[in-house]
Parts: sequence; structure tokens; C-alpha cells
Amino acid sequence: MDETKEIKTKEMVLNMGPQHPSTHGVLRLRLEISGETIVKCTPFVGYLHRGTEKLAESMTYLQSIPLMDRLDYISSMTNDVGYCIAVERLFGIEPPLRAKYIRTMVSEMSRISSHLLWLATHALDIGAMTVFLYAFRERERILELFEMLCGARLTVTYPRIGGVRNDVSQEFIDTLYKFTEDFPNKIKEYETLINVNRIWLKRTVGVGIISAEEAINYGLTGAALRGSGVDYDVRKHFPYDAYDLVQFDVPIGKNGDVYDRYLCRVEELRQSNAIVRQCIEALPAGPIMTSDSPKYTLPPKDKVLNNMESLIHHFTLITKGPMTAPNGEVYVATEVPKGELGFYIISDGTGKPYRMRIRSPSFIHVSALPRLCEGGLIADVVANIGSIDVVLGECDR
Amino acid sequence: MEPSKIADMLSSEFAGEVIAINEFRGQTGVTLKKEKILPIARWLHDTPALCFDYLRDLCGVDYKKMKDPRFEVVYNLYSMTHRHTIRLNVQVADKQPIESVVSVWKTADWHERECFDMYGIVFEGHPDLRRVLMPEDWDGHPLRKDYPTAGPEGEEWSGFKEVLKKSEDFKKFGWYR
Repeated sequence: MDETKEIKTKEMVLNMGPQHPSTHGVLRLRLEISGETIVKCTPFVGYLHRGTEKLAESMTYLQSIPLMDRLDYISSMTNDVGYCIAVERLFGIEPPLRAKYIRTMVSEMSRISSHLLWLATHALDIGAMTVFLYAFRERERILELFEMLCGARLTVTYPRIGGVRNDVSQEFIDTLYKFTEDFPNKIKEYETLINVNRIWLKRTVGVGIISAEEAINYGLTGAALRGSGVDYDVRKHFPYDAYDLVQFDVPIGKNGDVYDRYLCRVEELRQSNAIVRQCIEALPAGPIMTSDSPKYTLPPKDKVLNNMESLIHHFTLITKGPMTAPNGEVYVATEVPKGELGFYIISDGTGKPYRMRIRSPSFIHVSALPRLCEGGLIADVVANIGSIDVVLGECDR
Repeated sequence: MEPSKIADMLSSEFAGEVIAINEFRGQTGVTLKKEKILPIARWLHDTPALCFDYLRDLCGVDYKKMKDPRFEVVYNLYSMTHRHTIRLNVQVADKQPIESVVSVWKTADWHERECFDMYGIVFEGHPDLRRVLMPEDWDGHPLRKDYPTAGPEGEEWSGFKEVLKKSEDFKKFGWYR
């Protein structure tokens, strides 16, 4: 009996990642644990650092669009749209209404596909395998629609400065409309699987609680912030594209735990589906690229192939950039599935940005991970990583 | 509140600190000296009429040869309650430290680490100022304007050399190719 009293426990250091399946990429955590409880958690990032900000300084504005695909490779469409909007604000140009609606539509499609991948992997981490298969079934339909739209499934490079690359076809619209009709029932299927599942509730309710003030102070955005009850959505606070022309609600949680963040994202799936539907119904006719500011936007492709001046214009705009870029700096944020993606662009009047800063939500979410994990159990780390929805490509840039 | 009004309030509260107020595309930036950045940050955060509770972004900029204090640290602020924004451009000379604002906004922690990593700007009072994106043993600060985009041919990073050497060592075992 007395011998057991003398047994002393020692704190242990556990290395999690960078090749751990539940870290969603190459996130490495150094966990100091006492028994099952986490005493200290230190995240290490940078394994996927490709120097996007440095590269963008040596590229013209149009050449940088493919780089933006590779930030958050799960929802590349929203990154491209965000980047194009930032550059448009810098140049002071406005895309036509049809392009705005198309961009809003494809952004929301991208949000659905990203949230489905998040739901699938988050559920898989916690131990619900079936949701993974169900969610990938619908995600595949979105990716096929992207392929129909622009030829690529993941790295789309579809938006352009001042509009979009090509118009949507009737076949695309019809298929997408069919999808929006089916999708609400599919969301119900996921909810029946996990919403009141006892194992799911045990693993998520009351785990990783963060209060509203603290969440703002830690810089959380997106569903991670809204789960704590803060009504902050860039689409509502700083409307861009056609978001002020469509109706949608911003779902917010109450308790700020993993379960509330899950509820917010699932409700966002419904709202995104409604936005896509409204965009299809309200899609106006007209051009897809602005013609007011030819110094910044690409000429139509048929003119490039048949008209020498347009070809020269196209060539110089791609290789040298716009010769009349204004001097100034703008910070423009958009709501991507992970949170607030901000671009801070400084122009010195040349064809290339003097400085382009990318404020990525995942980077900030990872930095808040110790706050969520410390004091909890090892198993909850996995739930916490899933609930803040990080993509390391965007985190490391 | 209008951003220009906030800038006026700031320049009357901290009279000697404001160097310039610039406006572009509806966004207002206030250029500041670096000495009082922590009191200014705290004032912006705590004044009920301003209540800048959310630091949207913090980053460094290298103005080599363009401006005299070489660096700028840029703070983009937003108030969730009042829904107004302001930008602070704080001038920092080369090899000069600047006070950290982690005590005001915790989100500044990794932003400042990245700024140190990329520009070598030292933030005084930061709890854990280490490199964040680059490897710990990296030389130089990549986003400085005098840092080349591509390195010299054949000169690899020491960590990569280690990996190459290790794979050479493993070749003596038949199973490793």
C-alpha cells in the first residue's frame, strides 16, 4: 500500500506530427503532458512555406493569380476571388454585375466543397467513418461542376482582375440547379448521422471552449469565431461582389466549443446552398469582364486571336503588368471558408506589387491552438485541430 | 465613426507622434513614430468610443532606398462593436527595436514572430520571439528587398544537405535506393 504513494509521475514530451493523419497537413505539435492532460502545447509551422509573398513581389498582378490557388488548395476559388477583389480595389475598377453574381456563386460552391471536406475529415478524426463517405459523394459533384466550368477541379484560376475568365454554360447552370435541389436533403443525412450521436456529443460538447472576447483577442475568424457567438462575417460587414444583393443569415453559436463550431459550419452549408440558388435565379445577362478600364483588364479572347493591338495589349499586361497602376496601399478582406483572408497590397506605380501581404486565417487559428488545447486531454487535441479548420498550405504560404 | 475622424482624434491625443495621415480608396492610414506605439495601441483598444478590439493584420514593409526609416510595421485594426477601421503605419529604422503589442491583442503574437522572421524587426516585450515560418538555423530575413528571390546555384540550405548526406549513407544498405 505504501509503495504506491511513492510512485511519482513525470511530465512527458510528446511529438505530434508533422506526418500525423489528424493534423490536416504538416502541422507539428510539441505536447508536454502530465498523464493524459496537456500542460503545454507548442505548434510548429513552416514545413510548407513556399515564399508566396516574396514571389508575388517579382510577378505582375495577373501572374500571381495561380499562386493564390495554392494557398488554401481545398477552396482555391475563394482565394482567387479575394485576390482579384483586392487588386480591383487598388486599381479602382468594378466588375460587371454578371461577373459579380458568377463569382459569388462559385465562391459559395467552393465554400460548400471546403466545408464538406472539413466535415468528412473532422468526423473521421473523431471516429465517425460513414460521414466521410457521404460528404465526399457530394463534394465530387461540386468538383465535377468546377471541371465543367473551367477545366480544373482544384486549382481553378477562374476569376480574373475585372471579371471572370469565361462565361457559364447553360448545362453548368442546369446541373448546379439540380445539385442545389438535392443538397438540403443530403445535409439532413449528415445531421442524422452525427447531430445527436452520443459518441460525437461526448467528444465535442464542452471541448475547447473559448469565450467571445478571447476569441476576438486571439484573432479567430470565420466559424471558429462565430461559434463563440460573435456576429462577424466579412460578407456582411464589408460586402463585396453580390453579397449585398442576396439574402442569407450568419449562423452563430452560444458556447464556443467544438460542437457549436460544428453546428455553425453545417448551417453555413445550408446558407451557401441558398446563396447559390439565388445567384442562379437572379443571374443577369451582360458582359463577364469590365470594358471601362482596358488598361487593367484582359481583352476578350476572340479579339486576342484576331486583332494585333489586342494581342499586344494582352501580352504586355501579362508580362509587364499595367503601366499606370496607382500609388497607394489597400487592405481588402474576404470571407473564405476558413475565416478572414486579407490582402494588403502596396503599389509603387509599377506593374508589380511593391509588397503583398497575405493575412491567412489558418496561421492565426494555429497560433490560438495552445489556448484551446492546454488543460484538456490528448484526444481533444484532435477535435480542436479539426474544429478550427486549418489548411497548412494557407498557414505557411 | 469615420476613419478620418479617428485619425484626427489620434493626432490630438498623441500630438507629437503623428507624422502624416493619408487616404486612399476610402481607407485611412496614420503614419506614426514608433516610440509610443504601445500606449497608442492600448488607448485605441480601451477607449469606449473607439474600441478597436480586433487586430486584423500586422505586417512589416521594407522601404529600402525609398524612405528614410527603412521599415514600417503596419497595423490594420477593426472594431467589432462600432464597425470602423483604421490603419497604423509605424516607422522603424534598421536595427531599431519596437514595442510589442501582444499585451493588447494576443493575435499579434505570431504576426510579430513572422515580422521578425521575414524582416528582422525586433519586438521588445514579446513573450517568445523566434522564427516561425523559416527554419531555426536560417540566415537572413527573406522578405527584405536586398534578399534575392533565388539563391546561388549549387548552394543548398544546410538542412537539405543533411538530408542528401543521410540518403547517401543509407545507400550502403541494399534495401535503400
